[in-house]
Amino acid sequence: MFVLRKVAVIGVGCSKFGVRRDVNVARLSFEAVKKAFEDANINGKNVEFLAVGSAGAGGLYEEVLPAVVVAEYCGMTGAGLTRCEAACASGSAAFFTAYMAVANGLVDLAVAVGVEKMTELETPVVMEMLGRAGYYLWEFHGFGPTFPAYYALYASAHMEKFGTREEDLALVAVKNHKYGSLNPLAHFQNRVSVDEVLASPVIAWPLKLYDCCPISDGAAAVVLASEDKLRELKVEDPVWVRGVGFSSGTANLSRRGDYVGLKASVLASRMAYRVARVEPRDVDVACVHDCFTIAEIMAYEDLGFCKKGEGGKLIREGETEIGGRIAVNVDGGLKAKGHPIGATGCAMIYELVKQLRGEAEKRERQVPLKNYVGLAHNIGGVGHYCYVTVLGR
Amino acid sequence: MGIGLPFLNSKPLTLTFKIPINGFSRFFEELKNGRVMATKCRGCGKLYFPPVAECGECFSSGMDWVELDGEGEVEAFTHVVVRPESFKRNPPYTLVVARLKEGVKVFAKLSNVDLAEVRVGMKVKLKTKIVGDEAIYEFTPV
Repeated sequence: MFVLRKVAVIGVGCSKFGVRRDVNVARLSFEAVKKAFEDANINGKNVEFLAVGSAGAGGLYEEVLPAVVVAEYCGMTGAGLTRCEAACASGSAAFFTAYMAVANGLVDLAVAVGVEKMTELETPVVMEMLGRAGYYLWEFHGFGPTFPAYYALYASAHMEKFGTREEDLALVAVKNHKYGSLNPLAHFQNRVSVDEVLASPVIAWPLKLYDCCPISDGAAAVVLASEDKLRELKVEDPVWVRGVGFSSGTANLSRRGDYVGLKASVLASRMAYRVARVEPRDVDVACVHDCFTIAEIMAYEDLGFCKKGEGGKLIREGETEIGGRIAVNVDGGLKAKGHPIGATGCAMIYELVKQLRGEAEKRERQVPLKNYVGLAHNIGGVGHYCYVTVLGR
Repeated sequence: MGIGLPFLNSKPLTLTFKIPINGFSRFFEELKNGRVMATKCRGCGKLYFPPVAECGECFSSGMDWVELDGEGEVEAFTHVVVRPESFKRNPPYTLVVARLKEGVKVFAKLSNVDLAEVRVGMKVKLKTKIVGDEAIYEFTPV
């Protein structure tokens, strides 16, 4: 059997997330890339391969070929280049592509950039572009689903089957806003209460405004290196990529087996645990895909942090706070940090690397490390794509 | 961040895709006749809704058209209040996934219903309707 090489993450950078009308896609990417290069002590000339994750090229923002624009603006022209699309998991697809380029021995230094500009169009148009990102012909054309609507379908079934309550969903928003308020890069810096979440306007019942992630701009960058490159750069004790798992789900929601979990999350996480030789209980800190509050509850269950149907109980008992059984989305998650869709996968890696190095900002949200294992769970669409990445030290 | 900062308007562009429906155009013709059709694979017997012209399981291109009775039970639902651009003139609407007696599931709008009545397990039936120049299908309560 072909054995992959060990790959380390030696540099990470993340832009401020939010409404970034001060920068275009090139400058937004530069903000993240510059920090990642400084962190890794490299420059663009050293980069052999660049994968750019972005879902909205030409649809949510003006550039149709953002990879070439980003490569030129950030001094990486000449490197092997691709854009990766996996909807909201595009950043993870880019990370995986860059990881594989190093792991299979083709290159020693690769970069993944995730970037999205989502505030250049009016909100109803953005809702439309995202709503079309299911199966346009059989779903959007006739019925006009939005992304909140897709997840709301799952919420209705989960509530019916397991007795999950709107208050349980609200607790996810309360937790993630709390940690977002401690993260200088987060889109939302405010705390919210259960009552405020429940009283916020309905977007797609049972999901209300505060159950939904914001429409954000943002970028994140990750530098990956082989062991040879680590020696050359004299990097010691880096964060390692322990394993990646992946899976997918049907384009037509009507072809899914049930609406109480995402099978792609189950399959991708099982694969990642197997490859990384870890179990859910070994994970110190996790970034899970909480584009809507129900998504975090389902992620707890699908990733094996609790039994199926007990996600509501896990959040009620505070087990996913710092100090609980497993710290989840302590950067604010997509819910409060923001969800620039192509950036999210790389932003999760950024957060895990900072946590595993013990460098989380602000200090109040540094997770105590026992096993030095972090997990990123990134969904594209409604379980249409899934990547799970395990990092460790 | 940066509200009020300078920007450039891109050239506006309206896109209308001509989506080929060859291979399942009968589906849309039958909708106009009041029938909702599925396709059944002659190779492996799998029933498809939405209909397909080729079977992704056994790769047969032989499909029979089958009319759906349309009675089913809601598995998941939502009331869409914040609508996308091309549905913004519609009043808020209810979307459901329902499992039909035939075994396939259908994603569609649920019309003529009191919001408070909608629940998982509710009995619904597919019907067809002409809206403008398009025939559509939707659920109504039984």
